[in-house]
This record gives sequence, C-alpha cells and structure tokens, in this order.
Amino acid sequence: MATTATGILTLPVSDHDHIRGSLSAPVTLVEYGDYECPYCGQAYYVLQEIEQELGDNMCFVFRNFPLTSVHLHAEHTAEAAEAAGAQGQFWEMHDMLYEHQTALDDSQLLQYADALGLDVVRFNRDMAEHHYADRVHEDFMSGVRSGVNGTPTFFINGVRYNGSYDLESLMAALIDAAEKEE
Amino acid sequence: MSSDKNEQETPNPTKALWPGAPAPNFALHTTPDQSVSLSELRGAPAILAFYPADWSPVCGDQMVLYNELLPEFRRFHANLLGISVDGVWCHLAFAKDRKLRFPSLSDFEPKGAVARTYGAYRQQDGVCERALFVLNPEGIIHWSYVSPIGVNPGADGILSALEDLSAKK
Repeated sequence: MATTATGILTLPVSDHDHIRGSLSAPVTLVEYGDYECPYCGQAYYVLQEIEQELGDNMCFVFRNFPLTSVHLHAEHTAEAAEAAGAQGQFWEMHDMLYEHQTALDDSQLLQYADALGLDVVRFNRDMAEHHYADRVHEDFMSGVRSGVNGTPTFFINGVRYNGSYDLESLMAALIDAAEKEE
Repeated sequence: MSSDKNEQETPNPTKALWPGAPAPNFALHTTPDQSVSLSELRGAPAILAFYPADWSPVCGDQMVLYNELLPEFRRFHANLLGISVDGVWCHLAFAKDRKLRFPSLSDFEPKGAVARTYGAYRQQDGVCERALFVLNPEGIIHWSYVSPIGVNPGADGILSALEDLSAKK
C-alpha cells in the first residue's frame, strides 16, 4: 500500500479511552473501528492472537469510527458498546459484537446486554436517548483529524500504521515499535 | 498541496491549480436531466473532490467518508461536489448503493474536460486524479492537494482548509 505523509494521532491516549492493558506497556496500539465492518471483524481475530502473544508488552485502545451510510448498525453498535462501558463492560460488549457481526440489530443488542448481565433498563434508556452518541462522534472526529480514512485504521505508539494487518505484518510492526522503546 | 513527494507514485506530476488561482467554472450533469454549475455555488465555500472511478475500493471509502462528514462541512456552509469521468447512470447507481447525499458530477463528454482545466486529469490512465480543491466563497482556490492515485487522502486537509477560511472572515 502506498503511503502519504506520516499520520500522527492528534488526540493522545488517556484515561478517557477504553484501554486493555497498561499504558506503561512499551507499545500502544490504537484501532479506529466500526463494529459492522467486515475488515475490522477479520482484524479482531488477528488482534486477539497478538494480545495473547504480546501480553503485558502491549496496550490496546479502541476508538469508534462508524461509517453509518454503508453500515446500517454501525452507530447503534458503537453506542451499545459505550453504554456497556458505562456499566464497566465495554470490552465484553466489544468482543460480543465482533463475534456476532451478522446479528447486530437493536433487539439482538439488547439480548447481548442481558447475556452480559447488564442493567437492561439502564442500557435501554441509554440507547433510546442516544446517551453516548456524542462520545462516539468525538472518537470519529479525532480519527478524521488524525487522517483516518477507512476502517480499521491503526496507530502504533501514536504513529499511523499503513501496512497490512495480517498477523505476521502487524506483529512485526508492534515488536519493532516495542524494541525501539527499550 | 501538490507536492514533490507524490512524484514516485505519479509518473507525470500533475499541474494541479494552486491556491490563489480562480477556479475554472463548469456545468456538469449529476443526473440525466440535472446539471450543477460551479458559479451557482458562489457565496459559500466549495469542496471539489476529483476521483478516478466509482466502485473502486479506495474511491468508495473516500466518498463514504465525505458522506459521513457532510454535517461537518455544513458547519462551514460548504458544498461538496464529487467529480469523475463516469457517466451519469453509473454515478446514480454508485450514489444509491453508498447512500451518498451530495452530487456526483459526470466529467464524461468531452471526457475529463473539466478535470483538465484544474490540472487534475491523468492522461495516461484516462481518469481524474485523486485531487481535492477547497474554494473560497468568491470562487478562488484556497487549498489544493493531489493524492497518490491509490491513497485515500482522508478529510483532515479539507477541514483544516475550511477552518482557515472561516478564521479569515
């Protein structure tokens, strides 16, 4: 893939983000993703292997980048993960959504909330009131301003990764970035 | 901005119009019986997004992204026009499939004539460059950028140009 000028993450990772791992890890991987995007779905399984392999050496951050005109459920799924996050279960919902990419309508989102043991009354209200729409939009715009042009887009230690996201390539780039930090 | 860095991916570096040049006027079809003329858009900023072809994956993502950003462009009262050499029926099908809510113009006959006036035509491939122009309300080019043909340039440059224009008011 050809590259343009190096993209830099304009909004640094902070405790406002959804973070899996420790921010003190030598490498931080930020993904801008859409729950209905099939490429993000492929990357999800690659990332699982990578997280398992790198363990404490990597910190993973997910930010929303819903492309709502091509993915009917993109916005609601993003809000659902945020609503679950408000109840301390962001990653559980994030994983649930990527593992059920062909079943993402509103009634199915409610089933997932129930299966995760969330307070479904609160979840339903948050969804109906689009309580987390602003948060999703903030993520989206921070991505746009960092040069995100499609999903998934990755940043490794704040620098856009333009390579392929197959296991081997992404792993090599992460290990390379981790070694540079040492 | 058209930059030297692009030469590697662009065998014939483009002569895309630079900031300060008046944007050449045009009238192009957006549907079989409707056309859009650039001069009608005076009085507000305009974004011209030339792209190589409907349906190719990169263009699709680029136009889908801009579609998503229409509310942001509207905050600056800016109008967005997509332009390629595809025919109107092709544009209609593409816009319907991607649910595009901005006009896609057909620079079809004579092929690429408008793109040529902006220095945004790839003679060797017979398609438009992936070129962006942001025009001020008076129709003067405020910012331009030619991306390597296979790279979706995103929208950060457009938004920065619109912010810059808005600050100068």
